[in-house]
Parts: sequence; structure tokens; C-alpha cells
Amino acid sequence: MSDLNKLTVADARDMLRKGDVTSVALTEACLSAIDGAGALNAFVHHTPDLALQRARAADARIKAGDAPAMCGIPVGIKDLFCTEGVASQAASRILDGFRPEYESTVSAQLRDAGAVMLGKLNMDEFAMGSSNETSAYGPAVNPWKLDGRDLTPGGSSGGSAAAIAADLCLAATGTDTGGSIRQPAAFTGTVGIKPTYGRCSRWGIVAFASSLDQAGPMTKTVRDAAIMLEAMCGHDPKDSTSADLPVPDFEAMLTGDIRGTKIGIPREYRMDGMPAEIEALWARGAEMLRDAGAEIVDISLPHTKYALPAYYVIAPAEASSNLARYDGVRFGHRAKLAPGDGITQMYEKTRAEGFGPEVQRRVMVGTYVLSAGFYDAYYNRARKVRSLIKRDFDEAFAAGIDAILTPATPSSAFALGEMVDADPVQMYLNDVFTVTVNLAGLPGVAVPAGLDAKGLPLGLQLIGRPWEEGALLNTAQVLETAAGFVSKPEKWW
Amino acid sequence: MSEIDLDTARKVAHLARIAVPDDHLPALAQELSQMLTFMEALNEVDVDGVEPMTSVTPMRLKRRKDAVTDGDMQAKILSNAPDAREGFFAVPKVVE
Repeated sequence: MSDLNKLTVADARDMLRKGDVTSVALTEACLSAIDGAGALNAFVHHTPDLALQRARAADARIKAGDAPAMCGIPVGIKDLFCTEGVASQAASRILDGFRPEYESTVSAQLRDAGAVMLGKLNMDEFAMGSSNETSAYGPAVNPWKLDGRDLTPGGSSGGSAAAIAADLCLAATGTDTGGSIRQPAAFTGTVGIKPTYGRCSRWGIVAFASSLDQAGPMTKTVRDAAIMLEAMCGHDPKDSTSADLPVPDFEAMLTGDIRGTKIGIPREYRMDGMPAEIEALWARGAEMLRDAGAEIVDISLPHTKYALPAYYVIAPAEASSNLARYDGVRFGHRAKLAPGDGITQMYEKTRAEGFGPEVQRRVMVGTYVLSAGFYDAYYNRARKVRSLIKRDFDEAFAAGIDAILTPATPSSAFALGEMVDADPVQMYLNDVFTVTVNLAGLPGVAVPAGLDAKGLPLGLQLIGRPWEEGALLNTAQVLETAAGFVSKPEKWW
Repeated sequence: MSEIDLDTARKVAHLARIAVPDDHLPALAQELSQMLTFMEALNEVDVDGVEPMTSVTPMRLKRRKDAVTDGDMQAKILSNAPDAREGFFAVPKVVE
């Protein structure tokens, strides 16, 4: 059978179990799709030998019976995850040549479940960006094109999104600090869920902003997201913020029944200058959920407009602290020194050469807001506003709201290079609908919901109660089914 | 409107241990000013009596016994070092 790379995780799993296909065949189909997709720049480190070795092991395990759902499924891993013996450089020059001696907990869980890693996926440097253009490898390219122009797949998990949309893998890992799973998913017509903070272990994932970072699956369908999320999450003693809670069978919770649930529509997400087609899509999404038996309720999340400024204090502050470890001593790049240079020059030259402009900018902003005299004015004030943003959500959920429906992004994918001359703050506006969810630690999922007038995918976001990813995915699947999004990009690569 | 002057930009770059050549300082100062101006919206919020968030989920951090759980992996730890000698990380001279 051809086109095995186009299967969903659920279909591939069922076929593997029935013996209709082997993991080796699935893996070979993906490897050959990857070989033909250099123009997308999605996979930046290729591990075909390791993949085939794992695929053979998975086939043996499936034959023996009782293999987990992800066993034999070919996946891509974002470059932010440390993978043992395989280059892991967070798309940064400063980690050039770094080959971890250990495996991140999430990728280890996938590996142990039998998933087959095909290679490492492109991203924005240290996950700081919304267009993949800050990557040291050059940007990943969206398989969707407009008038012959290359578009961004979004960021930071742009390589993951591009790879799934182009059927280079069946599923991929992403991470999300301010929207880095959900915005790329929306830009490529794919599904991505950021689970509740603490669901997935952060151990072994290169840290950006530790109080906001979460890993999650990026997939072709909501069902696939449910299957893969279950394999990724669970308590890890090596991450003190990982939740010691049982992991439900998320797939079993996809009943398709959302009758009687209350869906909130937050009025503050109706931004000035929002394109009419985004507003129309949002209204259609609400209509679909109402038709499925949900009650649509207007709600207020009054501190929404302060989420972006609070995020752009807190995330750089945490980044400046986390990225202090890149000092040219223990791993990665070290600058060539001039005669007489001391250790301070080594740090300064190494970090100037190793970090790209956006990372440097954020590290310096973070340094400033944490510096003596400004800590209270910026950092502490931002943390107080964060408490208020979370309180807005707490109150909505306490009033009986089960999930909140919003647009995923303020626009469809833009062209690579289009934002080059814009000031950094313009790029940050991409996160306007997603960043609140990270600040409040909630689960959020992006679902493809339609095409805009230009023929590009648009997504809707559903935000759930903490730890209720199962109910959230169930609502997401109802939306997915009603929207009936089946468009695929025309192959040009 | 926040205004970051060149001396402040130079100081921040040094605190962050990032070498910024003098001719890049004006652009850096301007970018930092833009970002800080964007953050000033936070001053509109009444935060009296609000506790700064320390943990997004109300959970107590797990405790464990304060004991050695791992070790004997010197070669692994040094394997990615740009310069390792005789079992140590090597750096330029720190003390004269």
C-alpha cells in the first residue's frame, strides 16, 4: 500500500494490530517522504538508521501482542527535546554539536511505548518566535502556499506543524510557552493541544520559561492527539512541578456527546481590527457547538488585554535566568578568544556569537526587569497581574463554564520575511489569544475549522478546566467533526 | 514612554554577559524601550492586595530524602565540554 505516511495515528495503530501493515513499512514511507521534502526544512536532524531499528523492535513487540497504542508509530521530535546521542540544539548556534547523554522524560515515554523517532524538527531558537524565522537552521516552510510565496508554518513548533501537514510523519511533539503548539497548528490546518501545566514532565526539555513551558502532541486529528497525549503525560519525580495525578484514557473520553455543557465566549477576545472572517469563523464554531447540544454563554475575562504585556515580562525574566547556563564551559559553542581574554570575555563573546538577535533581546529584557530597582515595578507587578488573569478563568469555571471558545490566531499564516521590518512587539501579537492559557496554566487545543478567503487554514481554540483534557478533547472532536476540515495543501515540494 | 539610554543598554548587556559592540547600542536601546513601553500597560491594573503568582497550580512541591541518588558519570558529564582536561572543565585563567 502506498501513502502509508498519510495515515492517522489511530488508523495506523489499528492496521498494525491487525497485521495489515508493519512499522518498518510505515517508517520507510515517512523516511522517503522526508527525503523528498528538503524544501520544507522541517526535519533538521535525520535519524533513519535509529528509526528503522526501532521500527523492527516495534514490529516484534506488536507480534508478541499487548503493545501500547503508540507502538510502531513514526513520529518527529521537536529539537527542544534532549534525545540521547542525537543532536539536540534548540535551533540555536550556542548548542551546536550538543549530543545529550540522556533522554527527556516525554521522548523517553514515547520511545518506551514503542514510538519510532524519525528525527528532530525545526523550531524557533529556544522556542522564542512565532514564525520559525529565528531558527539557526533557517525557517521551516509551510506546505500551504499563497500566490507562489513561501509562508511561515508559525512558531515556535513550526517544523512539527509543517511535517504533519505535509505527511512527513504521523504525529510530532511540540512545546508551548505562549502559543507555540496552537499557533503553528492553526497555520497549517493541524491539531495541537497544550495540556494543563504539570501534565507532562519538563525534564530534559530545553527550558525557556519554566512556569509556562508545557509539551504536547501535534497531530492530524483530535483522536490522534488524545492517543499521543496519554503516552506523553504522567508524573515524573525528576520534575517537581509534574502532577502526581492518574492519567486517564483520553481516547475513551471521546464520546461525541457534549449535550448540556456550557461553552463560554469571552467578549474581551473580540479585538479591535479583528478580520471579519476570523469573527465569522468564531461565530460559526459557536453555532456548531450549539447544534451539538452545548449551551453558548457570553462571559467576561476582564484582564485579557494585560496578558501579553505580563507574558513579555515573565517569560523573558525566566529565560534570562534559564539561559544563564549557556556559558561556553560545559556544553555547546565556545567563542575563539583573543590573547589575554579572561573568563568574562569568554562568556560575553560566546553568548554574542551563540544567541541570535531575538534570544539576545529577550535575555536582555529579562535581565533588565529583574535588575535591582526594577524587580517590583516590572516582574512583581506582572506576577500580580498573572494572578488576576488566572482568577478571571477560575471565576468563569466556578460559574459553570466547561470550556471557552476563541479564535486561535488573529490571522492565517503570513509570508516568510513579511515581518522583518516590523518591531518585535508586532510579532508578539500573534500570541494574543493563546498566551492567557499559559499564564493560567490551563489546557488549550487548536482545531482546524476552515479556510479563509485566500484559501489558507484557520483554527479555533478551546480552553478547558485544569486537568480536564479528556472533556476538552471531546468538545474539540465535536468541533472538528462539525467543521469537517479535510483540505490538504497541494504538493509543490 | 520608557526611554533606555545608551549607558543603561550597555549595563544591561554586560549584566546579561552578551558582548554588544558600541555601534549596536542605539538600536538595542530603542528595542528595549519599545518593549518596556509595551509593558507599561500593566501600570493601569489595580493590583492592591493581590499576591504575586508563584505557582500556577495550587500544589505543594514534592519532597524527597536528601540523599545521593546518582553519580560516577564524569565522562558523560564532560563529553560535551568545549574544553575538558584531566577530568575537569577547562576555562581561561580566572585568578592571576
